[in-house]
Amino acid sequence: MAQSLDDISRQLKKRHRKSARMKWFSMAALIAAALFLLLFLADMLVKGIPAFQQAYVEVEIDYSERAAELPLAAVEADYRDVVSRGYLRLIPGRMAEDESLLGTKQTEWVLADDAVDQYLKGRKTRLKDKQIEVIERLVEEGRAELQFNTVFFTNGDSKMPELAGLASAAIGSVLVLIVTLAFAFPVGVMTAVYLEEFAPDNRFTRFLEVNINNLAAIPSILFGLLGLAVFINFFGAPRSSALAGGLTLGLMTLPIIIITSRAALRAVPDSIRQAAFGVGATRWQTVRDHVLPLSMPGVFTGSIIGLAQALGETAPLIIIGMIAYIPDAPSSFTEAATVLPAQIFTWAGMPETAYVERTAAGIIVLLSVLISLNATAVYLRKKFEHRW
Amino acid sequence: MQTDQILITFFAGVLLLGVLGFFLGRSKAARARAGGVHMHSQPDQYAWFTVLSAAGPAVVVAMLAAIVLGLFEDVFPGWLALVGALGLGAFGLFVGLKRVRPELRARDSLEGAVKWVLVSAASISILTTFGILFAIVFEAIRFFQMESFWYFITGTTWAPGDSFLQGAGRLGGELDASDVEPEGSNNFGAVPLFAGTFMITAIAMLVAVPIGVSAAIYMAEYAPSKVRDVAKPVLEVLAGIPTVVYGFFAAITVAPLVVSVAESVGMDASFNNALAPGIVMGIMIIPFISSLSDDVINSVPNSMREGSLALGTTRAETIRSVVLPAALPGIISATLLGVSRALGETMIVVMAAGMRPNLTGNPLEDMTTVTVSIVSSLTGDNEFESAATLSAFALGLVLFVITLALNTVSVLMIRRFREKYAVSNL
Repeated sequence: MAQSLDDISRQLKKRHRKSARMKWFSMAALIAAALFLLLFLADMLVKGIPAFQQAYVEVEIDYSERAAELPLAAVEADYRDVVSRGYLRLIPGRMAEDESLLGTKQTEWVLADDAVDQYLKGRKTRLKDKQIEVIERLVEEGRAELQFNTVFFTNGDSKMPELAGLASAAIGSVLVLIVTLAFAFPVGVMTAVYLEEFAPDNRFTRFLEVNINNLAAIPSILFGLLGLAVFINFFGAPRSSALAGGLTLGLMTLPIIIITSRAALRAVPDSIRQAAFGVGATRWQTVRDHVLPLSMPGVFTGSIIGLAQALGETAPLIIIGMIAYIPDAPSSFTEAATVLPAQIFTWAGMPETAYVERTAAGIIVLLSVLISLNATAVYLRKKFEHRW
Repeated sequence: MQTDQILITFFAGVLLLGVLGFFLGRSKAARARAGGVHMHSQPDQYAWFTVLSAAGPAVVVAMLAAIVLGLFEDVFPGWLALVGALGLGAFGLFVGLKRVRPELRARDSLEGAVKWVLVSAASISILTTFGILFAIVFEAIRFFQMESFWYFITGTTWAPGDSFLQGAGRLGGELDASDVEPEGSNNFGAVPLFAGTFMITAIAMLVAVPIGVSAAIYMAEYAPSKVRDVAKPVLEVLAGIPTVVYGFFAAITVAPLVVSVAESVGMDASFNNALAPGIVMGIMIIPFISSLSDDVINSVPNSMREGSLALGTTRAETIRSVVLPAALPGIISATLLGVSRALGETMIVVMAAGMRPNLTGNPLEDMTTVTVSIVSSLTGDNEFESAATLSAFALGLVLFVITLALNTVSVLMIRRFREKYAVSNL
């Protein structure tokens, strides 16, 4: 097999080219993943940013006795399709509250209908030519404009897109996370302490470890089936309540907290424990006074990451009924509640175009909360991490 | 009394007993010690001993009562359990205080009690697994009493809505004898659901495995440490995005894109096509595959690389014929975990895939999956006892068994890799 030097060097060049190709190819894969992330975030921003502004129009509201019975009569006929119906419906209530309003006429900036909002943002709408004329006239007179959308942050869900907001879902999420944390944090940390500090190496311990790893990989929807069968059907927790949802998510977050807490406990060197035993501390005293405080940053980091995951989870909550229409914020753990991702899911299924941008805006809010939670976790880890 | 009132009263009562026990126990021990008596343990340990002897029995009784009340409704009123638990707690407090004596080994009892508390906390995760298993199996058995198991596994018609109509005698006018046979209505053949799940999972893996493994190869073999430090968190962000967000993205951006691309090459695509959720799910799974593969490739011993390079192979040849074969069990394990995640993924398919059971090989048509059917059968207006609702648990059982098997195989493979190369951090 005589090969000339030329042959060999040509072959070698080819092999090196092949080698370089592999490098570029694998780099391209990484870039593709990063590009996707950028594309996705850009898409959400483009779709969602407009929702942070909302159309308002300046019209004269006539607080007459007729308007108290027929809210539509409060504005001139021309503006009836321009002003938000939901806003008009509030008028009789406001008149009942503040009797001095009766009989007065006031020029106010009021919430516009979602179609007007979409028209001002340059989208296709169901508006008729006559209504468009009215809007154009209002814009020219400076009586219709986009303002910051406070409603989105102060209102609960609504069947009218211009009145729909995140507030009740946000409160629901907070209640659910409180239950989740109150359940999963102590139980998770105790399990981790048991496994790392107390457990003898026997069958029960090994089974426990395998079981926890399996639990971490079980599809989340199955936790929903468990929550439905156990918390709601068996223990009778109210359906759709923050209690049932929080406990379900707590069981789901448990493996994450256990696994990260164990890692944090394991990072504490044995010399600390031996020093404590050396001066006569019991195992529990050692753990309580030395090992646990030293591993707390790691435990907190893991818990925040677990919480962030629980905050974004939807599937098990749908199973236990947390996608109900909840216009008012829940005030207790047993009341029907909805959560941020479930609110996003509900809006995503709405036919009106105005809900599309609200969905994307809800996603922006949710992602911002998640990113700040994770950033806090990273910061905590960086700041308090102890290298031994 | 309402349930939540009982709960609040109970917690307040236990808290009160605990605080009382702590201070009474400590002051008794402290007084004895101040009197010059040699005590076995510290005053605080006597205090906690008293707390445990008061709160322990109360909590145990309350938990037993909750379980009994859950199993058999209204055998005794809730307030009776409350009074019983708190009464026993008060008695425990009294007895505990009596036992606070110099020779009592409070420290040792405390140690034992702590261990039991920790064991019972650890048992909750085991209870969860069995809870999931029993909840699903129990309801699935009820489903299979109504419907044929064999048809469920092999049948090709999935029409839970029809079973409701048949039950109400509203489908096809007459209710003939075949509809009420014990074998069931033959409306619950899950094969189209399995096919849809399989199709979407396959698409997802076609996206996730090449990109994930290549990215892992780049990060482990080529990337300078600075790039690695940036790239890893970026990929983790992909894993942290909630699935409902991916679902919205798949439905509102990717699906129309797929449709217009398909139209431009002259093909018909449904807006609920299987391709869009598949692709997006694949992107979601990339970090799961890349991060585990990265760890595995990193733990292939360097001596193997050096040996291969010393023989004159190029970098790529070393990777392809030495590193990757060595890391293969780990990569397969990562892939299996990815498959199990794709099978159980719910929100993306609920939002972007179809609702129509469809047995087809064309990814541009709409298909539905196991998880979509679970969600739609539990969010409908059907009664809980109906076959249509209970079918969710039968599908859940299938999902549970398959994902458990995949996870187990995955763990076994990674263990083999670990043992072969004596790696301890995987």
